[in-house]
Amino acid sequence: MTVHFKQDKPDNSNRLDGMKQGVLGKPLPRIEGLAKVTGTAPYAAEYPVENCAEGVLVTATITRGKVTSIDRTSVLSMPGVIAVVDDEKLCTRAAQGTANEAPMQGPAQICYWGQPIALVIAETFEQARDAAKHLTVEYLEVDGAPLDPGAVDPEEQDDETVHQGDLANAMAEAAHSVDVTYTTKGHASAAMEPHSAIAQWDGNKLTVHASLQMLNYNIAELADALDMEEDNIRLISRFVGGGFGSKLGISEEVVAAALAATQIGRPVRVVQSRQQVFQTVMRRSETTQRLRLAADSNGKLTGFGHEALVSNLPGESFAEPVLQSSHFLYGGENRELMLKVARIHRMTAGSVRAPGEAVGMPALEGAMDVLAEKAGIDPVELRLRNIPEKNPEEDLPFSSHKLAECLKQGAEAFGWECGLRKPRQRREGEWWIGTGMASAARVHNIAEAKARVTLKSDGTALVETDMTDIGTGTYTILAQIAGEMLGLDPEQVLVELGDTRHPRGPGSGGSWGAASTGSAVYIACKAIREELAAKTGASEEELELREGKTATGETLTSLLDGKDLAREGHYEPGEIEDDYTASGFGAFFAEVRVNHYTGETRVDRMLGAFGFGRVLNAKTARSQCIGGITWSIGVALTEALEFDPRDGHLVNCDLAEYHVPVHRDVPDVEVVLVEERDGAASPIQAKGIGELGMCGGAAAIANAIYNACGARIYDYPMTPDRVLAAMPD
Amino acid sequence: MSDTITVNGTANPLPDDPRVSLLDFLRHDIGLTGTKKGCDHGQCGACTVIVNGIRINSCLTLAAMHEGDSVTTIEGLGTPDEPSALQRAFLEHDGFQCGYCTPGQICSATAMLEEIAAGWPSDASESLEGHIVTSREEIRERMSGNICRCGAYANIVAAIEEVAAGGQS
Ligand code: FES
Ligand code: FES
Repeated sequence: MTVHFKQDKPDNSNRLDGMKQGVLGKPLPRIEGLAKVTGTAPYAAEYPVENCAEGVLVTATITRGKVTSIDRTSVLSMPGVIAVVDDEKLCTRAAQGTANEAPMQGPAQICYWGQPIALVIAETFEQARDAAKHLTVEYLEVDGAPLDPGAVDPEEQDDETVHQGDLANAMAEAAHSVDVTYTTKGHASAAMEPHSAIAQWDGNKLTVHASLQMLNYNIAELADALDMEEDNIRLISRFVGGGFGSKLGISEEVVAAALAATQIGRPVRVVQSRQQVFQTVMRRSETTQRLRLAADSNGKLTGFGHEALVSNLPGESFAEPVLQSSHFLYGGENRELMLKVARIHRMTAGSVRAPGEAVGMPALEGAMDVLAEKAGIDPVELRLRNIPEKNPEEDLPFSSHKLAECLKQGAEAFGWECGLRKPRQRREGEWWIGTGMASAARVHNIAEAKARVTLKSDGTALVETDMTDIGTGTYTILAQIAGEMLGLDPEQVLVELGDTRHPRGPGSGGSWGAASTGSAVYIACKAIREELAAKTGASEEELELREGKTATGETLTSLLDGKDLAREGHYEPGEIEDDYTASGFGAFFAEVRVNHYTGETRVDRMLGAFGFGRVLNAKTARSQCIGGITWSIGVALTEALEFDPRDGHLVNCDLAEYHVPVHRDVPDVEVVLVEERDGAASPIQAKGIGELGMCGGAAAIANAIYNACGARIYDYPMTPDRVLAAMPD
Repeated sequence: MSDTITVNGTANPLPDDPRVSLLDFLRHDIGLTGTKKGCDHGQCGACTVIVNGIRINSCLTLAAMHEGDSVTTIEGLGTPDEPSALQRAFLEHDGFQCGYCTPGQICSATAMLEEIAAGWPSDASESLEGHIVTSREEIRERMSGNICRCGAYANIVAAIEEVAAGGQS
């Protein structure tokens, strides 16, 4: 039986706070954690499948043009080689998040260097890898593909454009104004588990183990790519070794494995190499951003301008949504916002953790630091003075707003010294030491979701949904929600995820999984409680459940009387989506050391304070925050995709050349969870937290670099060469 | 012993194909998938195993080079029923998120603590000789070959620090 709830109004009942089990929000260890620490959790490529052949992708070595011939005989006689797949259904790009349809297909048509064009299948991985290198391919290249985002006429994204009042006039009349241009380089998700799939047929039924974030969309994408009915496909992703946006849509190996398995009538495994993952999945676009801030003598914004240029391949709908939080974070009645996309032939640009704010906020918050200095106002105070009452562009109220609390609590916990700031106040040997801060903001997303909860006659519970756990803590928080509602220890709740046979939801992405699927579990449990209450003669509101018993001591097992009780919860966001601006907010504080002679920056400590609705598990929520802060360090100091200007190919396509933070780059990190309940965000009053922790953190580091050594830098990442070039004598 | 590699106490025949890396031998040939492949190029540490007491990247070495060697993988350090002290500490401190780098981190940390005990200095050590204090900086330096893209470093260091101080035993 399905219980549907469409949310048109905020739910401020905070029912979960009145439950008696007392497990929700608690810092419980992950329920799947033991499997992960003992190496017994199976990831996509690790399922033992009989008679499985191995496939290796072959990728293009030209930028734009056509494959004119593939000489199969060049490899078919090699040991163990079974077949070459160059089916026109092979996908040449990964699908964008929530695409719900096949990504670009047709491997003969080449749009970027590194694009998959074929798959070689052999008995062993070693044989397939060798043969893939030997496959002879001929091309007809079309010269002159545009590669430089600054050298083409970009397209304007009309839905992002805001012209409000007269910004030029506000800038001219401002007591203090800032007009600066920031750049950010491209980023890679670089999830630790490479994109992998095993495809096998049983009659006309296809089962694919894959590493994916959003199964409900992915099954539609795969069905469309293969021209099949969804009903004949089963996708399984029980453990996902990190996603960060790169596994939102199906990637090339999923379709390749399915086509290969069809062609040879055997199961086939395809695992992308690390280099292929870098070059064929998704990049975050580089950006150029102009920030204009006009303020009165008190530092109050009268004008706000943010214009950004990003890039993508022709035909891709995704444009890095750089301005997403700029639309509402600060006031200023005169506003100019504009986003443009340059069409170039580099690999596909798409979602990488916190698309938009991950690069928009570091630029905006850097500019705010410049304004604070010009206006002679403490940077925390400047932000406090500019928090708008309501969305400054759409006349919408905020669903909740914890920026001020985060700024204040964060400043206090960090030991922020308020007042006028000057660079170069502290030096220890070769090192300049300084502090910086920035606001955090990330829009709240939520989507329709279903989940089934079964209260078993033995007094345990089962939660089933196609939702994924990509390291976010889904297994655990769903057990906590069900445990809280049904009066069970979370250890008594079995959570089954990542299988399209279960009720479907939106999956993991845009930080929407916990609030969406968590609400579906909540709705299912509420319906079960109603049934149980009817059996006791009480109302659902009155029913108290704890440790498998009612307040009067009756056990769930006796109430159930040998029968399971199952309900499917179906959550749908209604008018709340249109009636409020909903966002997570926060504040970052950083202390850094900058070497006067080498320009090297070391982050000595970092703190983030975040308000994102109800905390479902303080341990896993904190982990999401420290993960985001770690990414902030990468954005600030080291991460940069480099493209060859001659052919647009991604040069630093591995973990040795693309520098993600390692242990020694990451100092002690402190997290302050600012508790709140946001009834307009979801019926469980929760918002997302997977991305907020990296939305602005890089600016806290950049601002600390300036405070430490006086180098004001407008280009991320702030590598030693850039720091040295900007370092005053 | 000849013609075999001992893994977690069990002898296994060497692979026929000399191109098989120790990592693929473990994951594919003998089905021990606890050891992970993150890059296959010695850049991430996900494949870290302990060979004759020393931690190495198993993707950077061929199985055929390990005739007679004794390999310990994550499966050999502990099981869900009997996890090791470090495995318990990782669980308690949430020293992971997606879990894909985790077996490598734990194998690496297990051998790393032995290296400190044996007095091997690192860039973070105060002196090249004598007792080494297992400081956070020391742990961070020595664990920097194990990348965690989820960014669980702060918790991983806390877990290792606890075990180094004698906790979880
Ligand atoms: S897989 Fe061996 S170091 Fe990355
Ligand atoms: S836990 Fe995901 S990479 Fe470390």
